[in-house]
Amino acid sequence: MDLILDGLIRALTLLARGDPELLRVSWLSLQVSGTATLLCLLVGMPLGTILALARFPGRSIVLALVNTGMGLPPVVVGLVVSIMLWRTGPLGQLRLLYTPTAMVIAQFALALPIVVGLTVAAIQQLHPKLRLQIVALGASRVQLIWLLLREARLPLFAATMAGFGAVISEVGASIMVGGNITGQTRVLTTATILEVSKGEFASAMAFSLVLLALVYGVNAGLTWMQQRNRPL
Amino acid sequence: MHTSSGSSSSERASAQRPPPMRPALLLTLVSVLVASCLALAAPSAARSQPATPDLILATTTSTQDSGLLDVVVPQFEGQSGYRVKTIAVGTGQVLRLGERGEADVLLVHAPEEERTWMANGHGTDRRLVMHNDFVVIGPGNDPAVVQAADSAADAMTRIALSGAPFVSRGDNSGTNILEKKLWAQAGIDPVGQSWYQEVGHGMGATLTIANDKQAYTLTDRGTLLTRENIDLGVLAESFPSFLNVYSVMVVNPEKGSQINVEGARAFADFIVAPETQAAIGTYGVERFGQPLFVPDAGRTEAELGIS
Repeated sequence: MDLILDGLIRALTLLARGDPELLRVSWLSLQVSGTATLLCLLVGMPLGTILALARFPGRSIVLALVNTGMGLPPVVVGLVVSIMLWRTGPLGQLRLLYTPTAMVIAQFALALPIVVGLTVAAIQQLHPKLRLQIVALGASRVQLIWLLLREARLPLFAATMAGFGAVISEVGASIMVGGNITGQTRVLTTATILEVSKGEFASAMAFSLVLLALVYGVNAGLTWMQQRNRPL
Repeated sequence: MHTSSGSSSSERASAQRPPPMRPALLLTLVSVLVASCLALAAPSAARSQPATPDLILATTTSTQDSGLLDVVVPQFEGQSGYRVKTIAVGTGQVLRLGERGEADVLLVHAPEEERTWMANGHGTDRRLVMHNDFVVIGPGNDPAVVQAADSAADAMTRIALSGAPFVSRGDNSGTNILEKKLWAQAGIDPVGQSWYQEVGHGMGATLTIANDKQAYTLTDRGTLLTRENIDLGVLAESFPSFLNVYSVMVVNPEKGSQINVEGARAFADFIVAPETQAAIGTYGVERFGQPLFVPDAGRTEAELGIS
């Protein structure tokens, strides 16, 4: 219990001092996970909408795969992305291993199934006649997808929060593809692991508390946007 | 006609609905994140510009957990303009990474394995950097009477015979490699015994676990000194096989097309340079009351008694 209090005090001290390491690590967490989530939205929402609407053979197999992907273990993603990005791997020439970009790639792979899966569910719970009506009004395909996404924005905000929550809190993939390098690829979760292994439990608690506060802040913002225009 | 009526009714429909997320806001969000993504991709400018600024240093958890690298690496980066990517893992993994050309320069502590590694042509250069020593720590009441041991192997035998819990790194690290060697010397196969627990963590985390379980373990003195609140005493020390010698090795550039051999050589030269060696020799005095490492550059293995 005293460690939690120590951690809280330490977190507040570091924040009050504007500790450069803490700020850098927090900012990188936000940047990496924010970018990954955003890319997931850009790719995942249209993909999910198409999956929800299209009828093709093997659709249920694809959906089952997407839903399985929602529980993708971060270490597995980390290992596969590492092997791909190794100097001797197929994408080795890009020299991306141990960079924040590599972490974005891994987190993108982790969050994409979540965003796609929840988008499929969100679009499918819309009234089926809505789609007919939009089509009957002469909307193009792109307009149709946009209107449906807009209609389903409540659950889609939830999908965003789920995707962001999954990637900002994961550690296995980030530590493997990022390497937890001081000043380059250290994020809040991997910094916490390092502090624990150093036996600096108060610092570890401080990083954890900042992480929680950050996740709360982002989700509070998203929730505000979600609830602001809530149709009654 | 048809299309125009369609678009006007959809306009009407949207007018009755609550306004969607403002496109401007969405656009700002997108551009901020894309910009930050681009910023991530661009490497920060180095002071002087080596041809290949990125250098991968693969090293052991003990050098990172002790905090030494946080002092040495920034100095090197400032002097040379290289950007060091320090990957701290177990020695076994470090050697494998070097073998595959996935790292440029290695800082490890498993002399016998290093010699084999060099003999197999994986590296071009190996130099001694520093040493400290290993110790066996355990609960104060010393149920296995390790304190009376007259050799490292004897200490291990006593632990095995008493059945007192022993926590092993179990991660093929330099410490773990030595530990296995000591068991072999004692003629004991501890794997699968109820008192033998392999945790698969770095040295720091292993100390925490051993402390929690009030178990024996083998640790390097450097990591132990950095830890407060470890309620385990040093029970066996100063045996010849307990010497913990760190070497720097440059990966053979033939191991891959991307190996930064200039950077690797620069780092190896830096870590054995007199100023760096002096910094290593005093690291820890301020905080822990004694140095964590003894600088060794220029010495031979024979002088240290490990060849």
